[in-house]
Amino acid sequence: MFEVVLAVVRRDLKLAWRRQADIGAALFFFVIVASLFPLGVGPEPDLLRKLSPGVLWVGALLSTLLTLPRLFADDFRDGSLEQLMLAPQPLGLVVLGKVIAHWLVAGLPLALVAPVLGLQFDLPGDALAVLTLSIALGTPALSGIGAIGAALTLGLRGGAVLLSLLILPLYVPVLIFGAGAVDATLTGLGPEAHLSLLAALTVAGLCFAPFAAAAGLRIAVD
Amino acid sequence: MSNLNLFHYASPATFYPLAGRLQPVFIALAVLFAAAGLWLGLFVAPTDFQQGEGYRIIFVHVPASWMSMFIYCVMAFWGAMNLVFNTRLSGMLAQALAPTGALFAFLSLWTGALWGKPMWGTWWVWDARLTSELILFFLYVGYMALVASIDDPRRADKAGAVLLLVGVVNIPIIYFSVQWWNTLHQGASVSLTKAPSMARTMLWGMLMMALSFWMYTIAVAFARVRAIILERERHTDWVKSLLRQA
Repeated sequence: MFEVVLAVVRRDLKLAWRRQADIGAALFFFVIVASLFPLGVGPEPDLLRKLSPGVLWVGALLSTLLTLPRLFADDFRDGSLEQLMLAPQPLGLVVLGKVIAHWLVAGLPLALVAPVLGLQFDLPGDALAVLTLSIALGTPALSGIGAIGAALTLGLRGGAVLLSLLILPLYVPVLIFGAGAVDATLTGLGPEAHLSLLAALTVAGLCFAPFAAAAGLRIAVD
Repeated sequence: MSNLNLFHYASPATFYPLAGRLQPVFIALAVLFAAAGLWLGLFVAPTDFQQGEGYRIIFVHVPASWMSMFIYCVMAFWGAMNLVFNTRLSGMLAQALAPTGALFAFLSLWTGALWGKPMWGTWWVWDARLTSELILFFLYVGYMALVASIDDPRRADKAGAVLLLVGVVNIPIIYFSVQWWNTLHQGASVSLTKAPSMARTMLWGMLMMALSFWMYTIAVAFARVRAIILERERHTDWVKSLLRQA
């Protein structure tokens, strides 16, 4: 049953590996957005430290959004999506595989580069660790919820703009708890509650979102 | 069992005349309830001892907020009906309700801002309730944008239905946000389990306005769904004969 998930993950990773420039572009978008904020609001370390959880999380959100339209579009264009849908395995598991691959390619690198950006924002060590952990914990939910939007807007004109309109409101809880975890560390409250809620969102997102996205795909490809 | 067919009016051809007949009834009821509600709210209800006359905006604000949340649930219900029974009319009804829902969400934010300026001293605060109402407004806009950008109406209905069912998760978050995050907006003044913490006439005025908004929503949704039916079924015989009569 779960071989199909592994197979799809392996396939998507191989495809992504052959087009490394795409991974790099989204990652550098994140770096550039984060670097623009000190230029915009001024270089005071106190202000930047206060802003950093929100800024870095919004940057991660937008960077994820940038890579989402490609989640199904390439497979849709060359016809392999239809072949995947004809497979005897449940389509939800295929989508789960694609979501996991998307997270490994687009979400995990954000978490790895986030501490470097956090240093630029003068975050202390424990907040850096929580920032990395929160982004690593939260981005799977972003990939999962985003897959629903990517499936619904598949093949539509202006799909990328529409996708952000549909998905960004649904990202709000992830943003609140993700940025809240870093914020709570900075103020000394401890991030455990926020991280638990973030993990809950990710688990719920990965359980239900692939099946909603599969329903969306069936409507789109119909 | 043969007399009772719940799906009789699920066909656009039979629903179109029914909606046309019921529409004036709901318009009349909306006007009637609005007159009663406004009379109670503006003339009978006593002046609030803390907020003065400014509190009277709640007679629009609270019913509009209720309706904005309720309409989204109704749309999600019709979306589910569309996915489960594959009926055309349910998708049309969901689409017909969306602009009214967005209107009420906007009205709720707008009247809330007008009330917040004298009471809290600010047009807007990033309070949990205000923010989630704003997100609800965004969800309406997203739904309408999605449906508008899909040319095939059946695909538009179904894609919209999936989005509605995903977004309906937001409704409980709005409703319980006051309990979850301890913030500025006051807790609900009306609940089913305990006696309302406001004057009886105020409560009645608010309920009348809520009923009025409800009837207005039905009337407007019927008018809109009739237009959608005509547009989508224009190739059918019954629409052609209808137009020939007219």
